[in-house]
Amino acid sequence: MTSIKQTLAALTFCCAVITDVMADVHIFACEPEWAALAKELVGDAVEVYSATTALQDPHQIQARPSLIAHARNADLMICSGAELETGWLPQVQRQAGNAKIQINGPGYFEASSVVPRLEVPATVDRSQGDVHASGNPHIQTNPHNIALVAAALSARLSQLDPAQAAQYHSRYEDFQQRWQVAIVRWEQALAPLRGKAVVTHHKYWIYLLAWLDLHEVATLEPKPGVPANVTHLAEVLALVNQQPVLAILRTPYDPPQPSAWLAERTKLSAVVLPGTVGGLPGTDDLFGLFEQTVKILAQLSNGTSS
Amino acid sequence: MRRLLCVTIALLLLSTQFASTAATTEATANDIAALRTEISSLKTDYAAQIARLETRLAQAETALASQSAPPSSQASSVVAIPTVGTTPQRSTNALNPDTSLVLIGTYAAHSIDPKRYAAPGFALADAAGPGVRGFSLGESELTLSANVDDKFFGAMTAALSVENGTTAISLEEAFVQTTALPYGLTFKGGRFFSRIGYLNEQHPHADDFVDRPLPYRIFLNGNLGDDGAQLRWLAPLDRFVEFGAEAYRGDSFPAHGARGHGVGTYTLFAHTGDDLNDEWSYRVGGSYVHAEAAGRATGQLPDIFDGTSELAIADVIFKWAPNGNPAERNLKLQAEYLRRWESGLFNNADYTGTQEGFYLQTVYQFQRRWRIGARYDRLFADNTGVGIAGTVLDTLDHDPSRVALLLEFDNSEFSRLRLQYSRDQSSRSTDHQLFLNYIYSLGAHGAHQF
Repeated sequence: MTSIKQTLAALTFCCAVITDVMADVHIFACEPEWAALAKELVGDAVEVYSATTALQDPHQIQARPSLIAHARNADLMICSGAELETGWLPQVQRQAGNAKIQINGPGYFEASSVVPRLEVPATVDRSQGDVHASGNPHIQTNPHNIALVAAALSARLSQLDPAQAAQYHSRYEDFQQRWQVAIVRWEQALAPLRGKAVVTHHKYWIYLLAWLDLHEVATLEPKPGVPANVTHLAEVLALVNQQPVLAILRTPYDPPQPSAWLAERTKLSAVVLPGTVGGLPGTDDLFGLFEQTVKILAQLSNGTSS
Repeated sequence: MRRLLCVTIALLLLSTQFASTAATTEATANDIAALRTEISSLKTDYAAQIARLETRLAQAETALASQSAPPSSQASSVVAIPTVGTTPQRSTNALNPDTSLVLIGTYAAHSIDPKRYAAPGFALADAAGPGVRGFSLGESELTLSANVDDKFFGAMTAALSVENGTTAISLEEAFVQTTALPYGLTFKGGRFFSRIGYLNEQHPHADDFVDRPLPYRIFLNGNLGDDGAQLRWLAPLDRFVEFGAEAYRGDSFPAHGARGHGVGTYTLFAHTGDDLNDEWSYRVGGSYVHAEAAGRATGQLPDIFDGTSELAIADVIFKWAPNGNPAERNLKLQAEYLRRWESGLFNNADYTGTQEGFYLQTVYQFQRRWRIGARYDRLFADNTGVGIAGTVLDTLDHDPSRVALLLEFDNSEFSRLRLQYSRDQSSRSTDHQLFLNYIYSLGAHGAHQF
């Protein structure tokens, strides 16, 4: 046991210089955040394909030929899960002719399965809107979730490609080290926001809100996935007028009109947060994603406190 | 507990630092500033440490939860990384198949009685006509599907309809499909819709328009589906390239009578597609069908055809969405060209026919929930034979054509309401058609097909 530990320590030490893993692993990420995480854990030398961009609503994607072709060649498919991709991923898997990335295959990795999910409904009925039986799938808005997914994903990479396990592990250690330091910095920067309230377009931000101890007064969509209408917006307006609210949050792909409607009638600013990697300039990787998110939120908090 | 311990240690450390510093009497402002920085960095360090510990704890817990998982073949791995349980969640109850139900209802107004429908030059099978006047339910579809085991997927679609006062169940599809063949191969067996063309594999409730285009109705009686087997190969490229071949019993139009010892229809198909950029995607394809017919009856008389029917299809579809996000706005451009060669005996007289048809259609979602569409379809027939004058194969110097306009409102992707107007000139007299149609999907989430 001790000798294993010693070997381990020695290995970790000698691999402190981080090298790109040159393994021939093809990675298909359903969302850009998982593509970015895979790059952190595997290195830039491996091609990572992202099926969607930050400007696309991952619920509404179609099983395009390009997705099927990339799934055909993938060794590892990383998806949020919790039925976020239920409209298109089963089709892609079924047409891909690739045993590895089938739902219980060794190369299918569901990120939401390793984090505590919020808003898991007791009953599911479509009259509630586009609800997910497995809970809210937008887990990437909390950096602690990214950390949990990184641990599980690193383990999966080592399983798929045992020869490179040491490199995967050292890259993971390095990432986790930098990530945890960054989280502390972000949490300090956003501590003044604690307890504040926001309005959101879609139920996209609940993990972010839980992380920062913010609370959601209302969503502009009357029900998840149901477009905003004036009747509902008027109700939201009444709620907003009763209490101090920080801002109206939406993703880059949400339509701007409902936010603008509410912003016009209140003094609130309608804010676009990047949501995921590539959502706004400067969000080319996960660190950038949260740096920008924190920067935007911190400006809001300065604006209200002054 | 751990957090408490760590915080206590941190506080202890901090307080001893404080005490020793306070003891020096000549503390300058610089010292205080340095001290502040140190404390703040200590705080950061400890918070980071605690966060790391929490992550590790979570990892350890997940690992513990999945220890019953079979050991992986990573004996060669030196670093012991915990196996993390990442079993995906499924929404469907336990092992029950995914169930979905599609409810369709239509109100149709025709200026010409649909019973008198004809397209001169073409022998029409039972589903080639424009339907019935007034209210009708059409088909209600029930689909059950699930992975059979680790290597097979199975699905069944039954359509319930009422015909002449009696409820009929027809088995539209019932097939198994492999999920674990190597080299990008997929095998499908059972009863299923052929993958020829673009529209053929799609169930009619997924169509953009209320009724199928004329070439599909007339050359394929809606669509080609039969009992058979399919082998499909997806090339290992970044661009989508697939090839496939099918063999069928040969009991469904355009074949009949299960010729060739019960293998009367063969098909070949190839498709390729890709994204042109972030906004445009396409798929194009070519297909070929060879069908043998023995005693194929069409029309009310009926007319009998014995011979071979061969069909070639070229299909193309382009889709556009701003930033590739179809949720708000999107555009679809779609066209197919079908050419058929039939030769044999029509009512026991020699007959050779070359018939063509195409449709062009576009559907534009101009805002969430609302779509408009337009379609044009046209047929041409060139039939020769001694006995065809005066029969349905006589073209009467007319090329059937039709124009359709569509307005659609979707309350959600599961409920669609459509209003369609068609100017149908299948025959020399024009039929003005108005359809009001709903399609409701219950149960398992339908596929967003390209």
